Amino acid sequence: MANIIGAVTTSHIPAIANAMANGLEQTPYWKPFFDAYPPVRDWLNEKKPDVIILFYNDHGLEFFIDKKPTFAIGVADEYHNADEGWGIPTIPPVTGESDLSWHIANSIVDEGFDMTVCQEMKVDHGLTVPLNLMWPGHQYGHVKVIPVCINCEQYPMAQPWRTYALGQAIGRAVQSYEKDINVVVFGTGGMSHQLDGERAGFINRAFDIDCLDKLVNDPEALTKYTNIDLVEQGGAQAVELNMHIAMRGTLLGKVTELHRNYHAPISNTGSGLMLLEHEMPES
Amino acid sequence: MASNYTDRHFQGTYLFDGQMAKKGYGLNKMCYTFNEQVARDEFNTDPNAYCDKFKLSAAQKDAIHNKDIIALLREGGSIYYLAKFAGLLKLNMQDIGGLQTGMTTDAFKAMLEKNGRGEI
Repeated sequence: MANIIGAVTTSHIPAIANAMANGLEQTPYWKPFFDAYPPVRDWLNEKKPDVIILFYNDHGLEFFIDKKPTFAIGVADEYHNADEGWGIPTIPPVTGESDLSWHIANSIVDEGFDMTVCQEMKVDHGLTVPLNLMWPGHQYGHVKVIPVCINCEQYPMAQPWRTYALGQAIGRAVQSYEKDINVVVFGTGGMSHQLDGERAGFINRAFDIDCLDKLVNDPEALTKYTNIDLVEQGGAQAVELNMHIAMRGTLLGKVTELHRNYHAPISNTGSGLMLLEHEMPES
Repeated sequence: MASNYTDRHFQGTYLFDGQMAKKGYGLNKMCYTFNEQVARDEFNTDPNAYCDKFKLSAAQKDAIHNKDIIALLREGGSIYYLAKFAGLLKLNMQDIGGLQTGMTTDAFKAMLEKNGRGEI
């Protein structure tokens, strides 16, 4: 059967793509951010997952507000990046995993998660930045990616309890897949930040660190927040924590934190990197 | 009003709910096209004509003309699409932060550093 062998939280901001494209990783501004990544890359290179399930939000590349899915899942064999309008380099295609994607869609829609199921889906920095962070130089083509996109732009949005439940349903779907493959789950984005309004620039370091702690040991506490609570505590775009919460929903039993780095600010955000393992079910 | 998502308000924060999404639809639709170079070129050639194509209101056109991000938010702009307008203007998120808070970009960056260290 398929196994989730671990999970990662990471930032996905576009400025990271620019920093990597321009070779700025060792400049004083970026060094504390990038120096945290090698242990996670080493773990991924050692474990060699077949599939990454990647929770992200689209920032107006694939989806516009003419039709805005609350939850969407990609079921394609390949995904393409495209011009996002502000000059970050367009990167090579991302490999998909159609069979497992459809299995997950079948399983979770039957459980009551009414997904938008996408055979074509342009993927933006929310998905591509984490892949390039883990396999620099766009060396991610060997790993198969299942994009799961959560609306973080327009209210109403799925609440944290619901994104956590989505993660749990995806975890069950993976467990019920009969092929022996290893899966790692990425929760991307966040953490505290606010881009818009006179409150722009808001960052809440203490809140972010508390969220990282709770992602390890007390995820149920995070599901008690509403999205508006997240806005209050972490700024308007802290609703992106939903991707981390969904990731955590896929994990079972006692969760072990293998690596953590918190650094702020990166661009306008607090950035939390974590590598987690959990109690895998007996096969 | 029923289309408001919540009664909770935070100073300097514009929640993008149904009411705003409706008000800003044309504005956001225009900014969404800025994903494409051909649209950015067309806007740059004649901004007013391009705004008219998307039926922007007078207030939205003024805000675009003045690069007034706060006014664009009040007129229903979503930051995701306004970011593409900012990209067209060659402004980054710290420039945009400065414009919205009345600071220079450097002062805004200094505030981010301070907030990042937890010195709120």
